[in-house]
Amino acid sequence: MTAVPVIELQDVTKIYPLPSGDVLALDRLSIRIERGEFVAIMGPSGSGKSTLLNQIGGLDVPTSGILRITGRNIRKMSDDELTDLRLNAIGYIFQKFNLIPLLTAFENVEYPYILKHRCNDTTGRVSKLLNDVGINKRMAKHKPAELSGGQQQRVAIARALVNDPDILLCDEPTGNLDTKTGGQIMEMLTTLHRQGRTVIIVTHDPTVGEQAERIIRIKDGRVDEA
Amino acid sequence: MTKDIILQLSIRSIRLNFLRSLLAALGIVIGVVAISSMGMMGANMTLSVTEELSAMANVLVVKANAGGGGGGMMGPGGGGSGSSSSDDDYISKDQLDDIERAVGQYGLVYPLYQDSETIEVGDKEARATIYGLRDEDMATVLTVEEGALPKTTSSVVVGPSFAERHSLTIGSRITIGDEDDDEAAIQKVRVVGILEEKGMSMDMNTDNAIVMPEKTFVGLFGGESEYDQVNVILNDINDADTATEAIEDQLNRKEDEVTVQDSSRMMESITSTVSTLTTFVMAIAGISLLVAATSIFNVMMMSVTERIREIGILRSIGTRKNEVLRMFIYEAVILGLVGAAIGAIMSLILGWLVVLAMVGTTKYFFTFQSLIYVPMAMVIGIAICIFSGVYPAWRAANLDPIEALRSD
Repeated sequence: MTAVPVIELQDVTKIYPLPSGDVLALDRLSIRIERGEFVAIMGPSGSGKSTLLNQIGGLDVPTSGILRITGRNIRKMSDDELTDLRLNAIGYIFQKFNLIPLLTAFENVEYPYILKHRCNDTTGRVSKLLNDVGINKRMAKHKPAELSGGQQQRVAIARALVNDPDILLCDEPTGNLDTKTGGQIMEMLTTLHRQGRTVIIVTHDPTVGEQAERIIRIKDGRVDEA
Repeated sequence: MTKDIILQLSIRSIRLNFLRSLLAALGIVIGVVAISSMGMMGANMTLSVTEELSAMANVLVVKANAGGGGGGMMGPGGGGSGSSSSDDDYISKDQLDDIERAVGQYGLVYPLYQDSETIEVGDKEARATIYGLRDEDMATVLTVEEGALPKTTSSVVVGPSFAERHSLTIGSRITIGDEDDDEAAIQKVRVVGILEEKGMSMDMNTDNAIVMPEKTFVGLFGGESEYDQVNVILNDINDADTATEAIEDQLNRKEDEVTVQDSSRMMESITSTVSTLTTFVMAIAGISLLVAATSIFNVMMMSVTERIREIGILRSIGTRKNEVLRMFIYEAVILGLVGAAIGAIMSLILGWLVVLAMVGTTKYFFTFQSLIYVPMAMVIGIAICIFSGVYPAWRAANLDPIEALRSD
């Protein structure tokens, strides 16, 4: 197949310069993720998986190597281009939900839509997404602080989907939730994958990892082949 | 939700930290009120002083030129009696006639004598300014508050301040001249009238002086028709320049015999002094805006620090640097606008009171020169707000999104 992989890393190295000496977080890492895959990136803490997530998420730029997201080399992008990439191509789901406390659930979902389209959502997309994740109209009027963890994560999923991203990037999405709620969230992610989305989950929880099609294990900044 | 979600976030952040934001805006309120009310006070003072002065600015004062070639040599009637050198500078009868010929058409011309002498009231000694006026001028130039104008050589009128200071009433007696000096002329006079208060004046300050008829003055000090100055009271202040030129053309053709003081010039210099003072006072008031700037800066820094995580979220889900920058600048602008608006309303109230207290009249309060200080102070206040918000906003925009997300 010659289709462009949605994520492609070639010899990606990330070094954090510290006064006590450089820290090699990623060591000539090469990974390929095709469109529509459901991948779990696993590894112990300190393995470099968070660093990898930041590179894939366009929040950070590798020290060397090539990192292509939807075919574009992010090392050649300006800060604004990286920002637009995050807005348009990537949907984030965080462990701590990371909703904007000043906005209601509805507005949180609408926010990236407004940033992209420069106008309010008149298509009903925001309402539909919220409905799909199980947040009703009444709950949508609440601020994040007034919602439960599970509800907040549902809103976060709706927000991640609002600009129809190429990649759903999930950082320990169930880490702050109880088992039952976590299971519901994983079900939703699995459903989204079945609908054809590329889903990448970073986790250290084996029960979460098992639900993915493919597991990439990271150890000391390299892919652990074992 | 409005279209500009960035602005919306700024508004909500201010609302969420309402008290803190209010206190920051209060600094701006105080600054704006201080600057504008001081400015208004200055403007009102200038306007009021200008009017007060222009009431008396219609006077030209002609004096003999202190330099060589003064009236003493030119004046045939002067008689050059060989008195002290300062007495050499006087205006002679001929010169007075010349002046009358030159500017008589523009207003009233009258000469006066002036001297300073030791006086004795009861048994207290003091020094007093004494004016001598021709009988015919007395009635036109002086206004008597109480009593009457002097008719005899032993009667005088006094100014109201002078009368009060020496507890003089109609009928009080004054001894003019130093009794210990055997050579000096001594004259005992009676107060027959007290003059109306005249206020500040260019031609003669009768409030604090004794005014006597020419004959009495000459009897005391000699030098008949050797006038110390000639005043021209113009009918129209706009003739000041023309009249000044006319006098100079008439008398200063060969050499500078006289100098003409145009009181409107003096008025200009007084007005400029008042405005210098106003600027100075406003600069002091401006310090309050500096304090306000610090307070805004502090609030903005707190807002940034408290919202680091939020900034991280905003950045990670696709908010550009300049949008984050805008968000915090908006916050500063809103604080500035609110502060300046409240400040403007309060400066109208407080400024009015300050003007009433300091200037004594609010006649000029609602004039352009006075009210212009309100928008001026508002602009300064808002500008300071934006200025104080720039660094915190810049810092917020340039936070590393990863670091920002990680913070709690």
